[in-house]
Amino acid sequence: MELTGAEIVVSCLRDEGVKHLFGYPGGAVLNIYDEIYKQTAFKHILVRHEQAAVHAADAYARATGEVGVAIVTSGPGATNAVTGIATAYMDSIPMVVISGQVPTPAIGQDAFQEVDMVGITRPCVKHNFLVRDVHDLAATMKKAFYIAATGRPGPVVVDIPKDVTQHRCHYDYPKSVSMRSYNPTSKGHSGQIKKAAQMLLEAKRPMIYTGGGVVLGNAAAQVIELVRMLGYPTTSTLMGLGGYPSPDPLFLGMLGMHGTIEANMAMQHCDVLLAVGARFDDRVIGNPKHFAKEARRIIHIDVDPSSISKRVRVDIPIVGDVAQVLDEVIKLLQADTTKPDAQSLKAWWAQIELWRAQDCLKYDRAAAVIKPQFVIEKLYEVTQGDAYVTSDVGQHQMWAAQYYQFDKPRRWINSGGLGTMGFGLPAAMGVQLAFPDAMVACVTGEGSIQMNIQELSTCKEWNLPLKVILLNNGYLGMVRQWQEFFYEERYAESYMNSLPDFVKLAEAYGHVGITVDKPEDVEPALRDAFGKYKDRLVFLNFLTDPRENVFPMIPAGKGLSEMILL
Amino acid sequence: MRHIISLLMENESGALSRVAGLFSARAYNIESLTVAPTEDATLSRMTIVTRGSADVIEQITKQLNKLIDVVKVQDLTDGSHIERELMLVKVRATGDQREEMKRLTDIFRGRILDVSDRTYTIELTGPVSKLDAFLVAVDASNILETVRTGASGIGRGDRIMKI
Ligand SMILES: Cc1cc2nc3c(=O)[nH]c(=O)nc-3n(C[C@H](O)[C@H](O)[C@H](O)COP(=O)(O)OP(=O)(O)OC[C@H]3O[C@@H](n4cnc5c(N)ncnc54)[C@H](O)[C@@H]3O)c2cc1C
Ligand SMILES: Cc1ncc(C[n+]2csc(CCOP(=O)(O)OP(=O)(O)O)c2C)c(N)n1
Ligand SMILES: [Mg+2]
Repeated sequence: MELTGAEIVVSCLRDEGVKHLFGYPGGAVLNIYDEIYKQTAFKHILVRHEQAAVHAADAYARATGEVGVAIVTSGPGATNAVTGIATAYMDSIPMVVISGQVPTPAIGQDAFQEVDMVGITRPCVKHNFLVRDVHDLAATMKKAFYIAATGRPGPVVVDIPKDVTQHRCHYDYPKSVSMRSYNPTSKGHSGQIKKAAQMLLEAKRPMIYTGGGVVLGNAAAQVIELVRMLGYPTTSTLMGLGGYPSPDPLFLGMLGMHGTIEANMAMQHCDVLLAVGARFDDRVIGNPKHFAKEARRIIHIDVDPSSISKRVRVDIPIVGDVAQVLDEVIKLLQADTTKPDAQSLKAWWAQIELWRAQDCLKYDRAAAVIKPQFVIEKLYEVTQGDAYVTSDVGQHQMWAAQYYQFDKPRRWINSGGLGTMGFGLPAAMGVQLAFPDAMVACVTGEGSIQMNIQELSTCKEWNLPLKVILLNNGYLGMVRQWQEFFYEERYAESYMNSLPDFVKLAEAYGHVGITVDKPEDVEPALRDAFGKYKDRLVFLNFLTDPRENVFPMIPAGKGLSEMILL
Repeated sequence: MRHIISLLMENESGALSRVAGLFSARAYNIESLTVAPTEDATLSRMTIVTRGSADVIEQITKQLNKLIDVVKVQDLTDGSHIERELMLVKVRATGDQREEMKRLTDIFRGRILDVSDRTYTIELTGPVSKLDAFLVAVDASNILETVRTGASGIGRGDRIMKI
């Protein structure tokens, strides 16, 4: 039977097993929406701004490991989606975004609501397609999902002109894809893996540095097995948190600009470094010249060859999927009778414990004002470490990363690479829709939350009982911190005047709002939010110390051992 | 170092802009870029002349390979290869200059394609360096217009790039 393009789009989503589609209608996608209306295979979640649709789909993917899907109309719908697409691109999140386009004969005519979506998104997608012929539609959709999910994951845009959604053709969803131009490597080179195992055993001051690739590649079990078997110190990037359990003594905390002393010093002074699905970002190693001052040998496992030797030269590159490569490494180590040099390892750990003893995450627990760190610690206690925590961007993001002890992957959901304020609330929606019974907390700032606050309305429509944990310091805190440290306290436009009454605002949207201004009220408020108001969205407005800063901090362009401490 | 990178890519609309966009977005140097379909109409062959340190060239080839439409990438400079460029030059040719220009064209094994009473239009092919040398030999004040295609490259002997 022949189907219209619109019917084909909906059939493809159904056959791909999509359960949630986030979107916003408009002229160019009306035919598709008409088919969405008629089907029951998946739910459509109407957001209040297209950026939120894309963030929600993105977070849905981060939490579940499945491909997130969003749909937007042409022109302004498409451009509103771009920030969300770039966010997913920077963090390698598998996602398919369908955008409407003006009818093919109108393309290039400056038609109503026309933008060159393929051109605009080209630098921030893994790939994109403009479907000009309905006969290519199903195969293109299949390719889009395949490309998004395989190799190094990423967002794929499928731009569909309106007339293509009306044209008819036979529908057959392809079972598989084969592309001569795209064949990602998953199995690592066995010779390289052998060398890596050898090098790991020879290490005197080893260090394991894990990243987002461990989460994306579902390799937490392998990382845990390897680390425990060797007893080596382990750190993680912001994106890898939860890949190795944070409370474990072998874990040194996050590294990088706001990483712990022990993680950064061990990174700088190790003699063998195993990098696993991490990309030596500038917020992680600081200045590469400073990083290179200490001699160390580096093994780097990454599915994307272009992540390897990009910012730092490595000795043993291994291109492949983290889980598959680590399985091989573990097998070799199990078969090997040599053991790591216990003496050196002991000395190395003794050194690390000295760094750790500086207790760099200490803060004033006796303060009369609410310390933001304290709120996160209490959040961790009250949720027993079992919540999904999404965040926005700023100081609150760093405190959530430092003080919530993530012990499972896919629980910490934030925008690391692009650092997109406005990500947190729509992300929490995506997660709560994927896991209706889970505890979901959105840690945010009063600056960030206002970038997508309209989504409180979507939350009402879907009765999403997520909790907004607003660390309200009255400042664009992260900006204020840089101005305090590097601009002689000239606070240019980092103070937010005339904030709304967040309690009334939450209530206006039909939710529960609570302001908390005393440290002793923090825990009871959290308990109410997750207890008494379990089934409601609760907006917790914590008035926190406006002057608190994130420590440690490595100033941009400095080296790992040049930390500013409290 | 100067490198000549050859690539085969799907002959899709927009494929060229992906490559050009990659070079500008990542601030890679691009000296010339040529592209045309091959004997297999579904494939385009592109030759890119670029400059960069070994690290930069490594990233360029990796990033090109990462483009979904790119089927194969080869750094021709890694082995022996041939490169050729076509140039059309319009020069002033009056009085004594007419003989002089003809002589120079012969020396460089060029051809005069078009003649007017005041100009010659000359066709030259060869390695980029030969074309450069011709332009130096013809006094700059006599050059009215130049059009160059950018280099095309191919491996020598059995070095074949095919899929
Ligand atoms: C305000 C702010 C402050 C920040 N401060 C810090 C900080 O202090 N510390 C910090 O770490 N970050 C910090 N970041 C985040 C930083 O900008 C980067 O986003 C982050 O460091 C990158 O993490 P990653 O190296 O794990 O790479 P990701 O971006 O997570 O990339 C994953 C890597 O794994 C690879 N990969 C993916 N899947 C697989 C697979 N299956 N197998 C193998 N490889 C795979 C990919 O190719 C890629 O190279 C901060 C961000 C913000 C906004
Ligand atoms: C869309 C966007 N615009 C600007 C920035 C730059 N920026 C980074 S952090 C920050 C301040 C965030 O303030 P707030 O949400 O109140 O969080 P706080 O740092 O106070 O915890 C700003 C403006 C950004 N990351 N994203
Ligand atoms: Mg703030």
